[in-house]
Amino acid sequence: MIPRYQVISRILSRIPTEDVLITTTGMISREVFDIYDRSNNFYMLGSMGLLSSFGLGLAITFPNKRIWILEGDGSALMSLGTFPLIASESPKNIVHFILDNESYESTGSQPSISSNVSLEEIAISSGYPKVTKVTTLESLETAMLETLNSVGPILLLAKCGIEPVERIQRVTLKPEEIRDRFRLAFNNP
Amino acid sequence: MDADYFWNVFKDRGINFFSGVPDSTFGGAYNQMVIDPKIRYVPAVREDVALGIASSAFFAGDIGGVIMQNSGIGNIVNTLSSFSMMYHIPALLIIGWRGYGGPPNDAPEHWIMGSKTTDILTLLEIPYKIVEPGSFENSLDDLLKEIRCQMCPGALLVRPGIVQ
Repeated sequence: MIPRYQVISRILSRIPTEDVLITTTGMISREVFDIYDRSNNFYMLGSMGLLSSFGLGLAITFPNKRIWILEGDGSALMSLGTFPLIASESPKNIVHFILDNESYESTGSQPSISSNVSLEEIAISSGYPKVTKVTTLESLETAMLETLNSVGPILLLAKCGIEPVERIQRVTLKPEEIRDRFRLAFNNP
Repeated sequence: MDADYFWNVFKDRGINFFSGVPDSTFGGAYNQMVIDPKIRYVPAVREDVALGIASSAFFAGDIGGVIMQNSGIGNIVNTLSSFSMMYHIPALLIIGWRGYGGPPNDAPEHWIMGSKTTDILTLLEIPYKIVEPGSFENSLDDLLKEIRCQMCPGALLVRPGIVQ
């Protein structure tokens, strides 16, 4: 399986600069901040499970902005009800990306139940029009290119390995700084 | 209060993006809101989900509204403390006050939250106003002033029978 850090690096290298990226609490936000901090990123420092709801609101409020929701399997499992809600509202500009390492890596890699549960099948039965699961960097690359040319809501799931990267700093921005610069991202719709 | 008037008061103040979970307190007014072409309503699956959705309005320069029952306060405490209050992202919570006045009013599941509703909001330092028909607009304007000044969520408490 691909190390998560590499998956995040690859995603960040492919997201168009004008797109908006919101990231879940814990190591995913820290790794994104470490690899490619930019004002169009919103790091959700707490509120595990809330990310997809916030992303849905942004997608409805800003229909001309592509919104990338980047969360882990633990976060997705905590808010499974938003799967059918996103599919039901069906904003074309949502890319819901789940980094599934079958664990709560940020808190010490305790196992999650996603090793027994297929989140991509839940997304399909929830009504997402496009669902793709990738397990290699090559298939991730193909899926990213397809995503840029497809209409959402799209769910992408990458099975990742547990390979904690040493010395990843915390997000050093203050919450209000994250908020204010993110707000500017919507000034030019 | 007439439902038309109730929603117009929000719309007149530019509040027209709502998400929420239904409550019988709002009765027919809820159904009216859902079909109002001047209101965008997202039917959420939980109250924290509704708050996450409604908070997006802030990034467009607006204030989003959350429709909910007071039992849902239990579902949004973490979202309030580690999202709305931490980032200072305003939102307007419109809360049906079930169990108001304690037993024997309403059903048993509402008695405890009904009696603790204002205590919990006070503890969280969330400004709130209790909706009264004669002073609704003034209360809302005062609350919105506090929300904008403190950049925080605020709550309107609506007792059963206030909105028709």
